[in-house]
Amino acid sequence: MSKRSNWSIPYVVFLVLFVVLPLVLVLVYAFQDNSGHFTLGNITKFFTDKDALSTFAVSLEVALENTLLCILIGYPAAWILSNKQYNKSAVTIVLFIMPMWINALMRTLATAQLFTMLGITLGKGTLLFGMVYDYLPFMIYPIYNVLSKMDKSYAEAAVDLGATPWKAFWKVTVPLSMPGVTSGILMVFMPTVSTFAISEFLTNNKIKLFGTIIQENINSSMWNYGAALALIMLVIIGITSLFSKDKEEMEGGLI
Amino acid sequence: MSETDKIIEIQHLSKSFGDKKVLEDINLYIRRGEFITLLGPSGCGKTTLLRMIAGFLQPDEGSLLMDGKELAGIPPHERPLNTVFQRYALFPHLDVYDNIAFGLKLKKVPEEEIEKRVRKVLKLVAMSDYEDRDVETLSGGQQQRIAIARAIVNQPKVLLLDEPLAALDLKMRKDMQIELKEMHRKLGITFIYVTHDQEEALTLSDTIVVLNEGRIQQIGTPVDIYNEPVNCFVADFIGESNILKGRMLRDRRVAFIKHEFDCVDEGFGEDVPVDVVVRPEDIYFTTDPGKCQFKAKVNTCTFKGVHYEMWVDTDTGYELMIQDYDAYPVGSEVMLYIDPDDIQVMKKERVCNTLYGTVKDEETVELLGCDFPLRSSFEAGTEVKVEIPFDAIDLMDNLDDGVIDGEVHVILYMGNHYHLTIKTEDGDSLWVDTNDIWDKGDLVGIRLVPEKGIKITKKDE
Repeated sequence: MSKRSNWSIPYVVFLVLFVVLPLVLVLVYAFQDNSGHFTLGNITKFFTDKDALSTFAVSLEVALENTLLCILIGYPAAWILSNKQYNKSAVTIVLFIMPMWINALMRTLATAQLFTMLGITLGKGTLLFGMVYDYLPFMIYPIYNVLSKMDKSYAEAAVDLGATPWKAFWKVTVPLSMPGVTSGILMVFMPTVSTFAISEFLTNNKIKLFGTIIQENINSSMWNYGAALALIMLVIIGITSLFSKDKEEMEGGLI
Repeated sequence: MSETDKIIEIQHLSKSFGDKKVLEDINLYIRRGEFITLLGPSGCGKTTLLRMIAGFLQPDEGSLLMDGKELAGIPPHERPLNTVFQRYALFPHLDVYDNIAFGLKLKKVPEEEIEKRVRKVLKLVAMSDYEDRDVETLSGGQQQRIAIARAIVNQPKVLLLDEPLAALDLKMRKDMQIELKEMHRKLGITFIYVTHDQEEALTLSDTIVVLNEGRIQQIGTPVDIYNEPVNCFVADFIGESNILKGRMLRDRRVAFIKHEFDCVDEGFGEDVPVDVVVRPEDIYFTTDPGKCQFKAKVNTCTFKGVHYEMWVDTDTGYELMIQDYDAYPVGSEVMLYIDPDDIQVMKKERVCNTLYGTVKDEETVELLGCDFPLRSSFEAGTEVKVEIPFDAIDLMDNLDDGVIDGEVHVILYMGNHYHLTIKTEDGDSLWVDTNDIWDKGDLVGIRLVPEKGIKITKKDE
C-alpha cells in the first residue's frame, strides 16, 4: 500500500464506526424481537399500526407542504437575489443565509416563545411556519447558485426569438434552473420527514411526526420497533433521492 | 440613394455605463440587404451598439430608426430582427428541432408549417439529419449552424451576429466565413456583423464601420478602408502598415523618412505636418538607379508562406516593413521605391497635447488635478492653456518619480520611435513620443520636460 492511501485510514475508521456500524445495528435491531430472535414482526407491526401509519401520512404531508411552500417563496427570492438589476450587494444574500448560522433548535424555541407571547395557538400553521423558517435558506441557496451562474444570453435568446420576458422565464430560465430546485427539494424534503424537534416545540406535541414516534419508542426502550421505524424511513428517503434525477425532468415538463 | 434603401438609420446615438462613455454621437445608416460589419478592438462599443439595435439596451441619447420608424420603446421580442449570440446560447434543455422551432411556436405558426420551415433551414445550414440531436452533443461549428438556423427560420429583416465565429478554430472559421457569405447571398437579408477580427471583416463585408473608444473612425468598403485609412488607428488596426510622421510640402508632394515623394493627395495646404501610411506590399525593390527613391539595408527576412516579410533600415535611420515574393539576403543593400498611388496621407489628429489648467504659483501649474513644476509668468489663479509636444513627456518605470500615474494604452511604431497613448487614472489621454520600449498595459509615472518647448498661454487667447 502506498503511503498516500494511508491518509484515508482515519476516515475509513470514522465511516465504519459512525455510519456503517449504526446502520448495521439499526438493521439487526429492526429484525429482532425482545429476546433477540429473528422476526419480521416489527415491520408488520408498523403496517398494521393505524397510529403509526397515520403519523407517517401526516409526516409526508407536512414535508410535502413545507417543500412546496419553500419552493413558492424561495424561487422568487433566489431569482431576485441573482438578478443584478434588483440586488446590487452581496449583503442581502448573507442576510438570507444568516439564520443558518444560528442553531435551528434555538431559533425554533424562540419562534415558539414568540407565538406564545403573541397569543397564537400552536398547531399546524405554526408548525409549517417554523419549518419554512428553518428550511427556506436550504431551498434558496441552491436555486440562487444555479440562477446566478446561468448564462444570461439564454433568456436574451428567448426574448430575441419573440418571447415576452415572462414567457422567456417560464420556457427557458425555469427549466434550466431545475437542477437547483431538485437539490433544494432534497435538502428540504428529507430532513423534514424525519424532524421531531420542530413539531415538539411548535405544536406542543399536538401534531406528531414520524420522527417523534421513533424518538418516543427509543425513549421508552422499544428499541426493536424504533429501529424498524427508522429503517422504514431510511428506505423511503433513499427512494426519494433515487428518483430525484427523474423528478428533475418530470417537473421541467410539468411547468 | 432613396430613403427606402436604408433599413436602419442611427442618429446621434450615445450611451454611457455609469461615468464611462461607451458610445458617443454615432451616426450611421445601413442599406437594405447589405453585409455590414462593426469592427473594433474589445471595449470599442461595437457589441453595445449591436445590443441596442437588438433592444437589450436603451440609448441615452439619439434615435434608432428601422424603416423610418423609431425603435426605442419597442421591446426586443417585438423587433423584426434576430440575433446569433457569441456563444450561441442554444437552449440545452431542447433538442435541435425544438431549438429552431422555438420562435415559430411562440408565434403560433401551424405545426406542419413549422416542420417545413425547420427542415428548410436545416438544409440551408447543411444539418439536415440532426433534428433529434441534443444540442450539447454537437461540435462548436455545428452549434454555430444551429444558432444561425434558429435565427433565420423566423425570417427576420435583419440578422445580428455577435462575433459568431470567435469560438471556432482557424480552419473552421475560414470555412464558416465562406458559408456565411453564401447564406447572406441566398437569404438576401441585411446582416449586421460584429467582430474584432479585421481579416474577417475584410473578407465578409460590403461595408465596414471601424469603431474605437466609442466613436466611429471610418465607414467604407473593405477596399476603401484598407487602401485609404483616415487615421493612424484605422491604418494600424486593419492589416500591416508602416505608419510614419510626414510633412505635406505642397499638393502632390510629401516628405517622410527624410526623403521627398510624389503622391496623389491634395488640399492639405503647404508645409503641414501629416501622418503617412505605406502598406508593406507597396514598397518595391528595384535595380534601376533611376527608379530608386531611397536605399536601405535588409535587417531581417522571414518566410510567411505566400511572401517574405522583411524589415529594412533606411539610409536615413528609419525601420520599414516590406512584403515581397522574393527574398533579399539579410545585410544586403537594396534600392527601393514607392508608387505615388500607394502613399496614403492622413490629416494629423493632433500635433501636441493640449491641456487646460490653473497657475498655482511661479513654479507650478495644476493640470489633470496634479501640480506640475512648470515656470510661467502668469499670476496665481490664472487659467491657462498648456501645449505639450509629444516628446516633452517623460515616462518612468518608477511610479513615484512621476507627478501622476498612467497606463500605456496604445502603442504605434512610427519607423524610428514609438507613439504611445497613455491613459491617466481619471481616463484622460496623453500622447507621447518615445524611443523606449513599453508594453501595452504597463504602468508608468508621468513627468514633463519643460526644456522641450512647453507653451503656456492664457486660456482665452
